[in-house]
Amino acid sequence: MAETREIDRIADLWALLDGVPDPEIPVISVVDLGIVRDIREQPDGSVTVIITPTYTGCPATLLIEQMIREALESDASLRFTIRTELSPAWTTDWISEKGKQALKEYGIAPPQPGERDVPCPRCGTTDVECISQFGSTPCKALYKCRQCLEPFDHFKCI
Amino acid sequence: MAKAENNKYSKTIQSAVAEYALRLGDNSLILGQRLGEWTGHSAAVEIDMALSNMALDLIGQAQHFLGLAGEMEGKHRDADALAFTRDAHEFRNFWLVEQANGDFARTIARQFLFSTWQKPMLGELANSTNETLAAVAEKAVKEVSYHQSYARDWMLRLGGGTEESHHRLQRALDDLWGYTGEMFAGNGVDDMLVAEGISVDPAALESGWTIEVDAVLAEAGLTKPAVERMTSGGLKGHHSEHLGHLLAEMQFLQRAYPGLEW
Ligand SMILES: [Zn+2]
Repeated sequence: MAETREIDRIADLWALLDGVPDPEIPVISVVDLGIVRDIREQPDGSVTVIITPTYTGCPATLLIEQMIREALESDASLRFTIRTELSPAWTTDWISEKGKQALKEYGIAPPQPGERDVPCPRCGTTDVECISQFGSTPCKALYKCRQCLEPFDHFKCI
Repeated sequence: MAKAENNKYSKTIQSAVAEYALRLGDNSLILGQRLGEWTGHSAAVEIDMALSNMALDLIGQAQHFLGLAGEMEGKHRDADALAFTRDAHEFRNFWLVEQANGDFARTIARQFLFSTWQKPMLGELANSTNETLAAVAEKAVKEVSYHQSYARDWMLRLGGGTEESHHRLQRALDDLWGYTGEMFAGNGVDDMLVAEGISVDPAALESGWTIEVDAVLAEAGLTKPAVERMTSGGLKGHHSEHLGHLLAEMQFLQRAYPGLEW
């Protein structure tokens, strides 16, 4: 019985953190983005939340940690520590399907392996061109659709 | 992060790791600071974003490498203390990265020569027996791949562009070439750490670097500079006049108001 309760508790925490948005792309949660790597129950009853940065120098890293901390603090009975781990290195493969869909609806082309056949999030064509490998945030590249002529962001594949 | 792991070394190895991490961190920090000088000054917004993003990546690397250096040296200095309170002679970066930005061609040439060295170096370092070095390298190599391909593209565009862009790029290469030898030199620290599987043998990086650089120069129609004697000294804390000026600006706030936070 105790074990089931623990599983429920961890599942509740995942759901709680799924409500924390990425500060730069608010349609996707820090869970869907793959920043929250693990939530582990410790023998003393506390939990350890493992997070990993998307980019080494991402200026949002500290803010994200703070937002996660605030979300966890909403449960006054919870004792927790947040630990940052760099390895294994974050990869765009960790973005969930739900997250990829949310990115697309937001107008950001989800990561495409090898950066090939990047589809325009508006009209779907792959007749697009890369304007800049570096976009408005470290994780994005700037593209332009040759069909509908709209510029759009592509979530870089790393 | 990996404190237990990092503390298993003998005193000698530990201070060699500190020295090595300092070098890695200083190269990233100084080049990151240089690229940051372009923010708001580039010719196009795309270039501004690219150079600023690369600066962020490099400063992120520096935070991790300098953090390890501080931990290994054991003098209670964190990454910020190392970045903001050391004098020029205590920096261990290459002369190449401290050179002034000059025009865009010069910035690109410097970036290309450095990133073409840094990318395979980090690729190798990801196999380091030191957990922290391996983890930072595993992450950073993905970002640096973008830096290298960005600089490479611009080498081709400027080299094969107008007479003016070609001339400026060739001049930049001629000026910077003499600083490239330092990247493959190393010293006693490397001998010790390579044997332990901790660091990357700098000499082993030279042939791959030469192949890539030669190929890009040929494609861009640029002439490979011939230099009689390479300039070096960064590993010993000897630097060009440019570093002092850079530090004066970068360190001003923390020197004037120690411990100030945003
Ligand atoms: Zn379109």
